Amino acid sequence: MTGSESIGIILGQAQKVAAEAEVFQMRTEETPVRFETNRLKQVMSRQGVVTALRLVKDGRTGFATISGQDGAGEIVAMALETAPFGAPAKFTLPARMEYTGVEVLDPGVEKVSVEEMMGLGQGLIDRLKAHTPEIVCEGAVAKVVAEVRLVNSRGGAVSFRKSLFVLSMEGMVTRDTDMLFVGDSEASCRPIRDNETVARSIIDQLEHARRRASVSSGRLPVIFTPRCVAGALMMPLSMGFNGKIVMQGASPLGKKLGEKVFSDQFSLYEDATIPFAARSRPCDDEGVPSQRNVLIDRGVVGCFLYDLQTAALAGTRSTGNGSRATGGLPVTQPSSLVIGEGKTSFEDMVKDMREGLIVEELMGAEQGNVLGGDFSGNVLLGYKVEGGEIAGRVKDTMVSGNIYEALRDIVAVGQRSRWVGGMLKTPPLYLPRLSVVSKG
Amino acid sequence: MRQEMEEALRGNNADYLDLRIEKRNTSHVVYRGKEMEDIGRAGSQGGSVRALVKGGWGFVSFDDLSRLRDKVKLAIAQARMAGNEKSQIATLPPAVHLFDGDGGAGYRAVPLARKKALVEEYNQLLWSVPRIQTSNIGYGDVYKRVVFANSEGSYIEQERTDFVLRLAAIARDGADVQQAHLSVGSLGNFNAVTGLHRQVKEMAERAVQLLSAPKVTGGEFPVVLDPVLGGVFTHEAFGHLSESDFVYENDAVREIMVLGKKFGQPHLNIVDGAAVPGLRGSYKYDDEGVPATKSYLIRDGILVGRLHSRETAAKMGESPTGNARALDYHFPPIVRMTNTFIEPGKVSFQDMVGEIKEGIYARNWYGGTTSMEMFTFSAGEAYMIRNGKIAEMVRPVVLTGNVFTTLGLIDAIGNDLDMNQGGGCGKGAQSPLPVSNGSPHIRISRCLVGGR
Ligand SMILES: [Zn+2]
Repeated sequence: MTGSESIGIILGQAQKVAAEAEVFQMRTEETPVRFETNRLKQVMSRQGVVTALRLVKDGRTGFATISGQDGAGEIVAMALETAPFGAPAKFTLPARMEYTGVEVLDPGVEKVSVEEMMGLGQGLIDRLKAHTPEIVCEGAVAKVVAEVRLVNSRGGAVSFRKSLFVLSMEGMVTRDTDMLFVGDSEASCRPIRDNETVARSIIDQLEHARRRASVSSGRLPVIFTPRCVAGALMMPLSMGFNGKIVMQGASPLGKKLGEKVFSDQFSLYEDATIPFAARSRPCDDEGVPSQRNVLIDRGVVGCFLYDLQTAALAGTRSTGNGSRATGGLPVTQPSSLVIGEGKTSFEDMVKDMREGLIVEELMGAEQGNVLGGDFSGNVLLGYKVEGGEIAGRVKDTMVSGNIYEALRDIVAVGQRSRWVGGMLKTPPLYLPRLSVVSKG
Repeated sequence: MRQEMEEALRGNNADYLDLRIEKRNTSHVVYRGKEMEDIGRAGSQGGSVRALVKGGWGFVSFDDLSRLRDKVKLAIAQARMAGNEKSQIATLPPAVHLFDGDGGAGYRAVPLARKKALVEEYNQLLWSVPRIQTSNIGYGDVYKRVVFANSEGSYIEQERTDFVLRLAAIARDGADVQQAHLSVGSLGNFNAVTGLHRQVKEMAERAVQLLSAPKVTGGEFPVVLDPVLGGVFTHEAFGHLSESDFVYENDAVREIMVLGKKFGQPHLNIVDGAAVPGLRGSYKYDDEGVPATKSYLIRDGILVGRLHSRETAAKMGESPTGNARALDYHFPPIVRMTNTFIEPGKVSFQDMVGEIKEGIYARNWYGGTTSMEMFTFSAGEAYMIRNGKIAEMVRPVVLTGNVFTTLGLIDAIGNDLDMNQGGGCGKGAQSPLPVSNGSPHIRISRCLVGGR
């Protein structure tokens, strides 16, 4: 039985017992090769299929998922069992609609051989070892091909294939009990043919961390590199713009639609239509066409993100952000996030600081009161700036602040942005004075 | 299934092979705010093959249980690509163990209606607290059956049920949003997540109180950790470093993790073990078919052991400990913690706090992570200690320290061990894995605390 037949059968069975129904199915084939201690350790292959059924019975939502081929016969009964307890269904499933072609499939990904993937990873490791002979690397090269199918009882139907290619590498340099961790990753719907981007970034980190420096406790200006912006700021921002959290009254941005809350240098977009970006797609997991959402336009709050049910409850329209990544009913999640470029070069930001910090990785930043925008973390990788120059790596240092305050008083936005791990495209951000405590 | 599995493993040209077949059922109930957001059930079934050839590993996972032999062949071909040395795994007598549980009867005995009613009850209680802005509650359970067979003749059937309940209360004053949390879990006992009414109400009240609590000024302080946060500290500040896959092939790390090294004062004893029964990290056999053990990692302040898979044990010339675990059939087993705790000492809570002039009493966990050298963990609840007494409540704090020095700074260990069962551990993409951790109240003489 092919995929389209099986989801059609499930939809048919569900329609006999429920007013509305929707069947979502994703098949994935993933081939990762893993490197440990500077050499190839494991070659893997993963095949899987997940089928999810959402139905509406007596006005309430029932839901079930099945992984694997078996059990498709049970899925309707399982979803029906949950419906009497389910939340009242406020959403309307999308009927037949046009999808503009968002490019997410490169047939070249499937054709990349395991040997080529091994070569890509090993080549990167050899290059890093040539720079720093004592480095110990661990990483992976992976290719993924996914096929998504969605049908619903209102005639809506969509299917597409998507490819993904990921290169990620972490290096560790140990001197006595002092450990330096460096790393970066790249992801795209297209094959990654060379290690240049990741190698450059990691070698820069090794260079900057070569010397040690100590920083004084107090309030210091701080530059967040793109990796740090992704690690420390994206989770609280994603929550602040989440329509559900806004509706619950738990987002500090809740009543600020149309108001200027951030610096006018700061713009943020959510965009699932960027060609070949790792998180792009023609439609979300509920069949709503992808669109570009302007979250912040020069400091002004532009919109919040919604899935179908949340949008209906809030009296607005879905922004195409229904995601099934949690394994339950669709919830609101951003696809790619893009921070607008500014006018300042990274070099000029550094030159501007008498004493300050550049933070590459802030460990634990997401462990505080994320909803309120607070962050506080250990500078796992960061450099002291002294008299406008990078002086060396700092350790035993914590940086704390609040994203809403920091992004309101932003000093400058970098003029060149880059992708971080396929999820965020951002320039470096030059933030105002943040609390720094250090053992020195 | 046994015959098909053993058939698929027979007569292949590999140094080692194993096969896991897993079937799981889950259910979940989610409330966000006053309304229920999601209730659902899920089922899954699948398997994986692991092959070892000349030191290289192949791994194939699949949902389709037919043609197992083809999957074994693919894993062997992959392993051959990766292999370029002599395979080493700890020798182990084959084990046979058949299902001896209730076959999921206990799991099925709790109807979905009961789970929904429980969560609804907690949610109403939470909303009865004045000035609560909103709530998030997630209940989830998993019943799974795993069958394991390897090329050495082991055949092991196991089953387990996990229950987890996480609650958050959110209070708000203008742009100031504060939250308080509670996490509980249990291996096999649904009653562990019922009857929490008093704790749920206190949690909601705490969220409101936080609005008027000041932020700590960052700096170095003496801190006292409660058993829950002490458990998270043990897990992050030391547990991950004792996982041998981080150590076994890295000469520099082997040198700094040499057995006999002093990590703490003589009162410090740290244990990990799935053989400690009835906890979320407990089991009989790990996902490589190795019997569970209880291992001392630190005894009298000295490093005496570490956690192993069969491969890391062989390569370090030590005994396997039964710590290779896989999140599910999509992943190969890797070295993981199980139930990790600091053994109780002799100091009373009063004495511990009484000696502090200015410090912080941190309770309950919110999160934690480690880089191996540095760790951070965050409290769900914090109070100043002034002149030997617990004083005003402050906003929750994030604490950080160096793994190699902070254990030595533990200068008091309480007499009141308790286990934290509400957490899960993440490593690589395998998260959340059920673990437990615990500690008595402990005092760290100096710890870096973030703040404004
Ligand atoms: Zn962990």
